[in-house]
Amino acid sequence: MAFLNMLRKRLGGLLLVVFGVSLITFSISHLIPGDPARLIAGDRATDAIVENIRHQLGLDLPLYQQYGRYMLDLLHGDLGTSIRTHRPVLEDLQAFFPATLELALAALTLSILVGVPLGVLSAVYHNRFIDQVARTLAVTGISTPAFWLGLGLIVLFYGHLNWLPGSGRLDEGLEPPPMVTGFYLIDTLIAGDTALFFNAAQHLILPAITLGFVNLGVVARQIRSAMLDQLGEDYIRTARAYGLSKWAVVLRHALPNALIPSVTVLGLTLGDLLYGAVLTETVFAWPGMGAYVVKSIQSLDFPAVMGFAILVSFIYVLLNMAIDLLYRLIDPRIGEVN
Amino acid sequence: MSPPITAPVAAPLPKASRWQDKLAYLTHQVRRSPLTMAGLLITLMVLLVMVFAPWLASHDPNALNLAQRLAAPSAGHWFGTDEVGRDLFSRVLYGSRQSVGVCLFVAFASCFAGGLLGCMSGIIGGRFDGLIMRLMDIMLSVPSLVLIMALAAALGPSLFNAMLAITLVRIPFYVRLARGQALSIRQMGYVKAAETFGAGRWHMVSWHVARNAMPPLLVQLSLDIGSAILMASALGFIGLGAQQPTAEWGAMVATGRNYILDQWWYSTFPGVAILITATGFNLLGDGVRDLLDPRQQGK
Amino acid sequence: MIMQTHAHNVLPGDAAVLSIDNLSIEFPAYKSTVKALNGVSLHVNPGEIVAVIGESGSGKSVTAMLSLRLLPERAYQVKSGSLSILGRDMLTAREKDLLKVRGRDAAMIFQEPMTALNPTRRIGRQMLDVIIHHQQLSKADARTKAIALLRDMHIADPEQVMNSYPFELSGGMRQRVMIALAFSCDPQLLIADEPTTALDVTVQRQVLLLLREKARERGTAILLITHDMALVSQFCDRVYVMYTGAVVEQGVTAQVMADPRHPYTQGLLSGLPEQVEPGQDLITIPGQVPNLSALPEGCTFRDRCAFAMPKCLQRPPMQIIDASADRKSACWLSEVSPDAPSPVQESRS
Repeated sequence: MAFLNMLRKRLGGLLLVVFGVSLITFSISHLIPGDPARLIAGDRATDAIVENIRHQLGLDLPLYQQYGRYMLDLLHGDLGTSIRTHRPVLEDLQAFFPATLELALAALTLSILVGVPLGVLSAVYHNRFIDQVARTLAVTGISTPAFWLGLGLIVLFYGHLNWLPGSGRLDEGLEPPPMVTGFYLIDTLIAGDTALFFNAAQHLILPAITLGFVNLGVVARQIRSAMLDQLGEDYIRTARAYGLSKWAVVLRHALPNALIPSVTVLGLTLGDLLYGAVLTETVFAWPGMGAYVVKSIQSLDFPAVMGFAILVSFIYVLLNMAIDLLYRLIDPRIGEVN
Repeated sequence: MSPPITAPVAAPLPKASRWQDKLAYLTHQVRRSPLTMAGLLITLMVLLVMVFAPWLASHDPNALNLAQRLAAPSAGHWFGTDEVGRDLFSRVLYGSRQSVGVCLFVAFASCFAGGLLGCMSGIIGGRFDGLIMRLMDIMLSVPSLVLIMALAAALGPSLFNAMLAITLVRIPFYVRLARGQALSIRQMGYVKAAETFGAGRWHMVSWHVARNAMPPLLVQLSLDIGSAILMASALGFIGLGAQQPTAEWGAMVATGRNYILDQWWYSTFPGVAILITATGFNLLGDGVRDLLDPRQQGK
Repeated sequence: MIMQTHAHNVLPGDAAVLSIDNLSIEFPAYKSTVKALNGVSLHVNPGEIVAVIGESGSGKSVTAMLSLRLLPERAYQVKSGSLSILGRDMLTAREKDLLKVRGRDAAMIFQEPMTALNPTRRIGRQMLDVIIHHQQLSKADARTKAIALLRDMHIADPEQVMNSYPFELSGGMRQRVMIALAFSCDPQLLIADEPTTALDVTVQRQVLLLLREKARERGTAILLITHDMALVSQFCDRVYVMYTGAVVEQGVTAQVMADPRHPYTQGLLSGLPEQVEPGQDLITIPGQVPNLSALPEGCTFRDRCAFAMPKCLQRPPMQIIDASADRKSACWLSEVSPDAPSPVQESRS
């Protein structure tokens, strides 16, 4: 029952989000000065051609009808056509999505691998030197402009040391592996091409560090605060009173319980990483949705922007549902109320 | 049996010095937390630079000197020069007026507008409240960076529009906070009592609600300043914020990107300025939260 | 309830399982110092059930926690005195040695069985953690032992309890599990910090009876921390009365109950329903426990004491009333010979 309720709530939320996002982006796109029909037709087109395009796009209809048409298309999975690329927005996004997801997952993994130990240390040595260092690092992560960090890494590891590549997903001239998952790291392995795998991995390192460093602070802070909550609990005192060593208490008792509430936060950061990739992808010329949307925004290609916003919001809601499910699996107390 | 001896357990604090005591306690708390201290010092330093930039700068930030273009850091130009020979040190100092000014404006404006709207929503209630809250839910459902970028693009690239876009997007957070406070305060006995005695709704609002909604709003505000500066510089970086020749840190990093492999200093120093400023405000924000959020106490 | 006072030596000896001598500790706070313990001396002999009674702020829980060094290490400072368990100095012991004492030589039971067990770990795993940590047993053997322990605690279905999470058990059942855990490594000393305060009255009794039964069977000494005088009178051999971080009266329970010497003890006892004639008001002690960061000079009870006199401006030492029974009281009035009427009776007449 509780599960069905959750599902109903989430689906309601999903509808609200899609409605909201489309309404907002739609309003914005019609607030702008400038005429998309003129933009598409080009400077030399005659008024008749522009008028024709305008009619084709439905731009001559009243606003509410235009919105209705957009929503109707949306229900059929049609996000409209990009003004800049002249291709369906959904196709564009599909093409760029795997790259972004691969980057976001790599960044999430990195930030959890470093952020969780950092948060644990911070909480265990609460208010002591280690805590101050870890917290400084976490705040620095949150305060670092991702685009600047990316540039710095490029200068150092590509420009000066020449250890790692500074842009793209593969060296120029290399053919991408046959598309299976869209993740180069996995597709290259499926294709059995280790050289290509290492090439892809090298390209992933710097963008993943850039994106992950910002998230690192979020993870470390969440873990620290959850750990502090747990370490103050009575059962910790019990575990100590029965002779368990400090680290056994921390790792076996406090950490698992601190991870339960943190799953929500950590999971949602994946959503943040997906659209946070916007800047990182731009800096590293990473061919993902982020770089795509930045170009779309700069050329006032609102169908593309709307499509991106709706897709990311959609993923966000799905992610929320997945986290809710996961939560039920890992916390034995969830069934308690029923 | 002799009468009981009466001796005061502890001398009561003199009434007159209550705020001094509070201040002393506050100072004590801040002193105990080196990170809050650091945040406070950095913030003060940044604010001083912002105010005294004309006196601190070694050059006119907009004076061209093509003979000296893209010069490396030296005694004459501490941070080097840019592609038209402008002194980067002076531009970074002046840049604080744009970058820090924007983030302060954004934080205070969205806090004020959101706080006011939230309090009104909570007190008026009914349909007005419903409408406002649905609107805020919708705004919150859109990824904020995307919304900001779309808004900024639609309004046209300029620092002011970027500022407006970020402010608009931050408002819902404050509305929610303030509304929650307003609602819980309306439920409190003493406010209900005041209501039955005919105290006007608005009178009530201005005092109780404002006073009680303040701490959580302040916590949110102090945590927001740091992220506002990152947002603003990100917009500057992708060309949706400040335009040439304005000295804004994000835009400077963006221009420096063209020279990044040979003239590393161009992008580095404005970026460091963003990093330091954001770190300072974030540390201070954490400190304020620890002081004002009772849940954090005792940790 | 029949009094079950053990007829063994009550004097402190080398064999004491817990001995605390003139212990003072402080908690530094903002602009002040909380003087939590001010010269506490107490001891627990093998097999004894000893109560420490007092209001909140008396230092009874701090004493219990400090016995196993469970207070946050950086929060307090030891000003004087010593504390040892089975002859091992606990205040200077290294963490490594503490781990061997905790749970094996001395175990502890806490007030809230609701929160004292890890909410997301099954009971069985939590018990095995402790058993395997202290005894070189295989997992299967440890499991057999845990089940036996639970059955010994009159738990009907040990296997099911082992597979349960704490929230699936009742409060009384959880406390039985705690007691099973406490006895799992056959400790010489069991410190029980208000073990029944959070339970229903009927369950309280069952749990205490169980605790005493098992302690007597195994010869385990118990230090029972409580604020409930009725509980002391029913279950404990000896009692220490604490006030503002110091012992103010001590002795064999029967003697203290029959002839309390410290006005504070008298106040505690007069709160017992059976001490009051029908129709009379229950007497409570007026006033409040003084602030531990600004303790008055002299006797700390004098502001609440009906018998305060000028001499009380000096701190009264522990006066020996009956050396053979280790009976003492820290009140100037204790000097009055035992034959004289006690102050309470005097004031009531």
